[in-house]
Amino acid sequence: MTTHDDVVEERRNFLYIATTAAGAVAAGAAVWPLVDQMNPSKDVLALSSIDVDLSAIAVGQSAVFLWRGNPVFVRHRTAEEITEAQADDNSEDLIDPEIDADRVQKPEWLIMSGVCTHLGCVPLDQKGDFGGWYCPCHGSHYDISGRIRKGPAPTNLPVMDYVFLDDTTVKIG
Amino acid sequence: MASEKKFEPTNPTLKWVEDRLPIMGLIYSSLGAGYSAPRNLNYWWNFGVLAGFMMMVQIITGIVLAMHYVPNIELAFDSVQHIRRDVNYGWLIQAIHANGASMFFIVVYVHILRGFYFGSYKSPREILWFLGIIIYLIMMATGFMGYVLPWGQMSFWGAKVITSLFSAFDFIPFIGGGIVEWLRGGFSVGQPTLNRFYSLHYLLPFVLVGVVILHVWALHIPGSTNPLGIDAKGPYDKIPFHPYYTAKDAFGLGVFIIFFAGFVFYMPDFLGHPDNYIKANPLVTPEHIVPEWYYLPFYAILRVIPDKLMGVVAMFSSILILFAMPWLDGARIRSMQFRPLSKFFFWIFVVNGLFLGFLGQKPTTDIMMGVEALLLAQLSTAYYFGYFIVIMPLVSRMETTKPVPTSIAAAVLDANKKG
Repeated sequence: MTTHDDVVEERRNFLYIATTAAGAVAAGAAVWPLVDQMNPSKDVLALSSIDVDLSAIAVGQSAVFLWRGNPVFVRHRTAEEITEAQADDNSEDLIDPEIDADRVQKPEWLIMSGVCTHLGCVPLDQKGDFGGWYCPCHGSHYDISGRIRKGPAPTNLPVMDYVFLDDTTVKIG
Repeated sequence: MASEKKFEPTNPTLKWVEDRLPIMGLIYSSLGAGYSAPRNLNYWWNFGVLAGFMMMVQIITGIVLAMHYVPNIELAFDSVQHIRRDVNYGWLIQAIHANGASMFFIVVYVHILRGFYFGSYKSPREILWFLGIIIYLIMMATGFMGYVLPWGQMSFWGAKVITSLFSAFDFIPFIGGGIVEWLRGGFSVGQPTLNRFYSLHYLLPFVLVGVVILHVWALHIPGSTNPLGIDAKGPYDKIPFHPYYTAKDAFGLGVFIIFFAGFVFYMPDFLGHPDNYIKANPLVTPEHIVPEWYYLPFYAILRVIPDKLMGVVAMFSSILILFAMPWLDGARIRSMQFRPLSKFFFWIFVVNGLFLGFLGQKPTTDIMMGVEALLLAQLSTAYYFGYFIVIMPLVSRMETTKPVPTSIAAAVLDANKKG
């Protein structure tokens, strides 16, 4: 039989749970701004794009630009390099398989991130076992399409969004 | 129990204060004559006090440096040079702080290995041991963030590599994708990163003080271990901390300060890296990037595994495994003085740790003794983990131990007779 005391106790338990739950939600809501303030701020996010003049980069030359605080590699590839990159499309040592055509808009212009996907160092140009880039920090080798071939890096050098404004200007980001 | 004698001031003013806030009694029973410690503590027991001393040195010099340092990516590098060249005694204070970090790690490493050898992590001191590991982890975080502040090439690329470590956890849903950007406050290491590291580098030492107080508190529940590893049974096994161990610690401190001063006055840059005298450049990674010497063994472990996630997991595990030591070691005797086989493997572990550190500052492709450094590092890492996972559980349970003395007093008096 339900007594008066039982009802009081049940009500009280409900109040305990409701108070604790409301307190937990309030604590979470109070903590979120403290956590979120560490995310990139609006001015950092606003630095979204740069224009790059390609006319100064000769065939067989690379240039490095700073985009959102990180280096971007722009390589004017030679005909042999393009052939080599395409010939390796089905190579068995591709750790993160991707075909060269998916990584470029124009085969002679390879534009990609210059941040090693292992731990963030800047790979060195024209070094390593595959004629592309070599990261001095922990020994990752990238080929002439920026694909990881050997070493600890898990993925290819990422290709970011870019558009050719005209034949010699590209907008990165 | 740890404290036998009570603090009873005769001075009426002191008594008035003590009756209202027994703070002098607390100090008396933790570091004074009211704390009796085993009578046979050797010089390896100095290093806890030395670590406490280094913590105070770092906090005091750090607060002073913060009066002159500017946490801005354009000014930070120059402000450190300003401290070294222009600020009165800045050269001294900066050298003490920069070398002090290394000294702090040296004494803490000896303190930890003392714990290994004499079984200080064993029952009933497990929580004391855990607090020690937490202290060590806070020290590593603080040391890393402090190294970033001068904003040289090694500062910048160290920060970039260490924050990138967390991209190994990108596969975790919800928090994964943005964790590195959240840590950095941007797409790369930059002004927001430097600013927050400065804030945390100032905060964490005080968190450290809090955990150290808990560490000392936990120590005073069972009291110190001792080289024999047997429990102190009665008053004849113990002597008051003051004056006996305050004097012994003061002597050890003097010797240690001479060693410390040698670095500060004669080779202040010996433990640093020349690349950190080049201002941070986000476009060029130094040819040969290495962390500070005290992280090298763990850096070597990170590099031996060719997979990014597993490398990071191995590196974190190499420290977190210390938490399991009280159970991995099943020996009934604490001190390795009576465990010859454990002692043998322990010293190999120490040498192996130094070797890992040596390998950590070499490129993995170097050829040493006819083989690649990478292979040597892999073997060395295998021993590191094997020591905890295989050797310690088996040897501690199967080894035939030497006879243990009946009491500390008996052993000490016996040694005196022979002596």
